[in-house]
Amino acid sequence: MMEKLFQERKEKLVFFKRLRNKINHQTRNEIPDGLYCKCASCNETILQKVLVNNLYVCPRCGHHHQLPAHQRLALLYDQGRYKELYQQIEHLNPLDFPGYDEKIKMLQDKTKLDEAVVVASGKINGTKVITCVMDSRFLMGSMSSAVGEKITRVIEHATKRKYPLIIFCASGGARMQEGIYSLMQMAKTSSALARHHEAGLLYISYITHPTTGGVTASFAMLGDIIIGEPHALIGFAGARVIESTIKQKLPEGFQRTEFMEKQGFIDLIVKRQDMRSTIIRILKMHSKGAK
Amino acid sequence: MALIDLEKQITQLQQQLSNSENKEEQKALKIQIAKLKDEAYNNISAYDRVYMARKSNRPHIQDYIQNIFDDFIELHGDRLYLDDGSIMGGIALLDNQPVTVIGHAKGRTLDENLHCNFGMSSPEGYRKALRLMKQAEKFHRPIITFIDTPGAYPGLEAEQHGIGEAIARNLREMATLSVPVIAVVVGEGGSGGALALSVADRILMLENSVYSILSPEGFASILWKDKEGTRVKEAASLMKLTAKDLYEMKIIDHIIKEPKTGATVTSQKVYEQLKDYFIKTILELNKLSKTNLLNKRYQKYRTIGQVSVL
Repeated sequence: MMEKLFQERKEKLVFFKRLRNKINHQTRNEIPDGLYCKCASCNETILQKVLVNNLYVCPRCGHHHQLPAHQRLALLYDQGRYKELYQQIEHLNPLDFPGYDEKIKMLQDKTKLDEAVVVASGKINGTKVITCVMDSRFLMGSMSSAVGEKITRVIEHATKRKYPLIIFCASGGARMQEGIYSLMQMAKTSSALARHHEAGLLYISYITHPTTGGVTASFAMLGDIIIGEPHALIGFAGARVIESTIKQKLPEGFQRTEFMEKQGFIDLIVKRQDMRSTIIRILKMHSKGAK
Repeated sequence: MALIDLEKQITQLQQQLSNSENKEEQKALKIQIAKLKDEAYNNISAYDRVYMARKSNRPHIQDYIQNIFDDFIELHGDRLYLDDGSIMGGIALLDNQPVTVIGHAKGRTLDENLHCNFGMSSPEGYRKALRLMKQAEKFHRPIITFIDTPGAYPGLEAEQHGIGEAIARNLREMATLSVPVIAVVVGEGGSGGALALSVADRILMLENSVYSILSPEGFASILWKDKEGTRVKEAASLMKLTAKDLYEMKIIDHIIKEPKTGATVTSQKVYEQLKDYFIKTILELNKLSKTNLLNKRYQKYRTIGQVSVL
């Protein structure tokens, strides 16, 4: 029965992707649009269609490639239906950073996203759930004022309406171009989460590749339950900075979800094909009817 | 010319002056020194402030504790793993009002700096800070934090022990502390490592301190791939990291004035200003109900980088 469900999901995903007339994305570590692409881990040449149908997971080695925000939402919500909230948010350029406004505009055109996070509401197995999905195609998923604002707004909304919350993290950390404003978004989002927490509501933090810097040091590590995707990077400082500080090589698998699970900072690692079903099980155990 | 170079020249001339026996020469040197000082301290750039914020002759937490509070008992350890020397904390008396004091420690000698890891904290440090803040809340003591860190420690163990989690937890817990919290950036306010002690009702900065997302060196390196440090000055002025910048951006509430040549251990006026501000502000914050205090703290951060949906 589960298989049938997944088959349906996959079909919907393909349909959905066609509907969104294929988003263009060509940064590193990403799957370029085309007939074929290469797995970033095992180098296997894969039919693009096959990879998409396999939820962007390499059919040969199981490597989880980055999943664009809307594809993840479509995969997560019932019938792939959800409502995107707080779109077309205003941008700040508090440092008057040269070329920053143009860069945002260019990325908006290229990714069809308004910022590095998509926030949405919809039903998962009939339960209303608020979701934030960060998308690393947009300036490495870095934390801008707009990202902080969208996430804070939606947390406040979830607190007010008593909805559970899921944040899919993916971020290079701070948005350098916004300076101290970016840093303060860590305090802003964490303060909003404190209220959601005090209201006794469920927050699932979902670590996807890569989650680093200020996002790790704020909402990524504040989940009641912290889930990791296989082999996703999760850490605070960059590996190169650490190596140059301590003058030694870092161990194999350092700052990967499996490593941090062993260290006691991640509750469980879930394969993408089990994402929705795992979330449904967790939601059920937190529903009012559960005894 | 940058302050760092001008100060070197001034020191050189002062040495010449003390060695000189010729009255004419002495007079000329004195004039030259005065002129240089004028040039040095009347045109302070953002990069000069970074240099001043990092100077080792600035007052450190021990100096503030000694000069502002009447009594202090240092408390150690995070009750989980160890005692991180990069964060100092304890209970103090501020004019008979018990307060909890927590802050980054920096040293002046190599030994001292090794003990406090140059002010770079590990997760244990942030957890110690949180333990002391929770203790303060239990006994209704206001909290005063002193921020002076280049940033959280980028080490192997720090990552293994969850530095991200430690900082994140502090941010969330500080947002709900039911006692007044005042944070003072006294030197370097470096990134998340600084923020983890500064979710507060009032944030102050010393005139020559800086508070930023990362060091100007890091900023130049990340954004411009500047490895030789040729664009660090440019980065410093672009980043808006001085006390004046942050006051204008409404991120901080007050600036503590420093002597023209920068605060040193003997700058009594700096201690006096801080003491007055603490006493006055704690009195003011103590009048607020818990809900009111927390709402105001929430709003303080809520409005930073607030943007509207079109």
